[in-house]
Amino acid sequence: MNELALAAFAAERDAHLVKEPRDRAYAAFARRFDAAAYLASLREAGVRWLGRSDPGFPPLLRAIHDPPAGLFVRGDAEIDLLRRATAAIVGARSCSPYGAQVARMLGRELAGAGLVVVSGLARGIDGEAHRGALEGGTTIAVLGCGIDRDYPAANAELAARVRTSGLAVSEYAPGVEPAPWRFPARNRIIAGLAAATVVVEARERSGALITADLALEEGREVFAVPGEITSALSRGTNDLLRLGATPLLSSEDVLELFGLSSAEAENVALSEIASTVLRRLRDGSASADELARATSIDAGALASALTELELAGVAVAAGGVYRAN
Amino acid sequence: MLARTVTHALVGLDARRVEVEAHLQRGVPGFSIVGLADRACQEAKERVRSGIASAELEWPMRRITVNLAPAGLRKEGSGFDLPIALSILAASGQIPSDRLAEHAAVGELSLDGRLRPVGGVLALAEAARRAGLPRILCAARSSPEAALAGIEAVPIRHLAEAAAYLRGEGEPEPFVQKNGHGPEPPQLDLADVRGQERARRALEVAAAGGHNLLLAGPPGTGKTMLARRLPGILPPLSTAEALEVTRIHSVAGLLAADRPLITARPLRSPHYSASMAAIVGGGRAGPRPGEVSLAHRGVLVLDEFAEFQRPALEALRQPLEDGVVSIARVEGRAVFPARFQLVAAMNLCPCGARGDPAAECSCSPQRLAAFRDKLSRALLDRFDLVVAMPRPRAAELAAPPGEASAPVRQRVEAARARIESGRPGWSKEATDLLDRAVERLPLSGRGRARARRVAETISALAAESGVGADHLAEALSYRSPTELGLT
Repeated sequence: MNELALAAFAAERDAHLVKEPRDRAYAAFARRFDAAAYLASLREAGVRWLGRSDPGFPPLLRAIHDPPAGLFVRGDAEIDLLRRATAAIVGARSCSPYGAQVARMLGRELAGAGLVVVSGLARGIDGEAHRGALEGGTTIAVLGCGIDRDYPAANAELAARVRTSGLAVSEYAPGVEPAPWRFPARNRIIAGLAAATVVVEARERSGALITADLALEEGREVFAVPGEITSALSRGTNDLLRLGATPLLSSEDVLELFGLSSAEAENVALSEIASTVLRRLRDGSASADELARATSIDAGALASALTELELAGVAVAAGGVYRAN
Repeated sequence: MLARTVTHALVGLDARRVEVEAHLQRGVPGFSIVGLADRACQEAKERVRSGIASAELEWPMRRITVNLAPAGLRKEGSGFDLPIALSILAASGQIPSDRLAEHAAVGELSLDGRLRPVGGVLALAEAARRAGLPRILCAARSSPEAALAGIEAVPIRHLAEAAAYLRGEGEPEPFVQKNGHGPEPPQLDLADVRGQERARRALEVAAAGGHNLLLAGPPGTGKTMLARRLPGILPPLSTAEALEVTRIHSVAGLLAADRPLITARPLRSPHYSASMAAIVGGGRAGPRPGEVSLAHRGVLVLDEFAEFQRPALEALRQPLEDGVVSIARVEGRAVFPARFQLVAAMNLCPCGARGDPAAECSCSPQRLAAFRDKLSRALLDRFDLVVAMPRPRAAELAAPPGEASAPVRQRVEAARARIESGRPGWSKEATDLLDRAVERLPLSGRGRARARRVAETISALAAESGVGADHLAEALSYRSPTELGLT
């Protein structure tokens, strides 16, 4: 079977194909198809091709029930990256500051411990997971459009950063437009590549839940980050927990599955005031004013301590509310 | 028979000398005004004619030509009524020309001959003084304002009074406000604000260093309340500053008659539907000061900052950098001072729910992206201090009232004195921290310079001689790109 011809044919027909159709149109296309010339044009665009039958094809992905004909791969990392131990982090596009922070933290800690973090380069949780992973290690972005497209445009810069240290992959040939129906198909590749999938925040009927379902169908581990019961953004993840997903309470939960331990946190020397503030932050997020009252530190000195914590990377702010990392 | 009265026309804040000449000739009786006079000026004919009649003076049955020289300068407004009437009276020999020549004159006539005040009298009186004229004839209600220019103001209630005075038949009564000088409106006090310690601190830093401040948070957290209390913690206006402010407000016709001199720092808060011309000033014929100039030496509060039209916001950049606005028109250019402090308030997202733990944001990613785009980096960079104000919990609102404005103002004044005495030195720790911060928090070149200035202000507030790492760290906390949670 000619996998590359199949991928090129699917792109030309704007269709989703994982096996060769038995019709005359395809037969004619396959006869005419010049694989060498096509590969040369891919090479020119900096794109590599990894067919399903290639020994380098990730075995976990090959094992799902409808693996893609192959993957178009773009990026500076070795193609072996696809065969390394991989965890997926997925979630809502419009996420809460809490979700964004958790995704970033998980991305950083999982990548820092040696896992490859895979996600979908979407806005919100996906983007934060990639950003976190870039801070700690390497990451793979799975696209729902042609490998040459930057979608969403807002994440074009992030995509470029992912490609310099990691990989972008897609089952779609260059030139394929993004379309809503391609994203669930993309999700099966995310779930397929990863031995474990973490859902950070998801509404009911979220795309992230499709990824979780696909992972469950393939017998992969699914983690869900518990959220507030009052937030619609946590309905999907909390439902997953009720259905038996493993609650994710720290990145250790995922690392344990892979037999890894977290990278030693660097010890940063903090001033006395900053340590006091950090201790209070570990009890829960708080605004600067709440911190000022709880610690009896005046507003000026507190602002100074908060910058110290932010620069040390142990606290983050969003909309005036601070959280410990 | 020819007679002449000196008056002034306003071009922006500049008063240009205008000579009102009246010439009476034999011929068919008539009255014409030449010299690039606008509509209000042309209508002076009717007011002057009935004004003179009402003053029981004689309207000369001659061919009357009034010329407003220089003829190339566009004249507008009704302030030329009095000089036109006086020139005609002098040309017809009803008042002595030589005595008239010692006076400048300005004012609008009503049909019964009474004199009404016009805008910009302070600027006109100053120009008269500079031109070496010892006295100015103006409406009685404008006379306290004109007197501020250091010129003798002759308070005129009625055209007949002016004629009698010029004939030497007695001095007009000095103008005394019926109820004396009006009291200063009470300043809003910071004690009314409960909680919000961080934003209060930022307001104090802004006051001490003259920094621009952006407050962001869900509705009802006290953003506007705080912004309106900034003038109350600024040092009072100096005499020279008070005159500058008064001149601008006088030209805009916003001066209250009972308080000729503005002594409180102005606070302007235009609605977000304001056009670009309303913000920076403009007008087709004679440019008028806009909100940025009316806020000169004071505070410009832009509530719902993100809702302003993009051109209006971008137009703020010149005055923010240079402290002046220059308005170019075909007829010429006017420069208005606009050295104001900007305090902007906005929500964290279009629906306003962001930053409010009790509400859920319903903005789509597209709307959020459009919101972010509108607040261009370049625009956000103009603020030295950016503070998010999350909704306080109920317990905070039950807290005792905050510190009052008076002690805060004392600290601000002390810090300003310190800043004027010279720039502080930087400790090595502070310089190192700045270098680290530039990498860690992406700070633009301008952002870096602003963080430095704010750190210097904070060290002055702390009454310390040098900038320490803690001062810079505090300054950086008001510039953190994650502060607004927009990334």
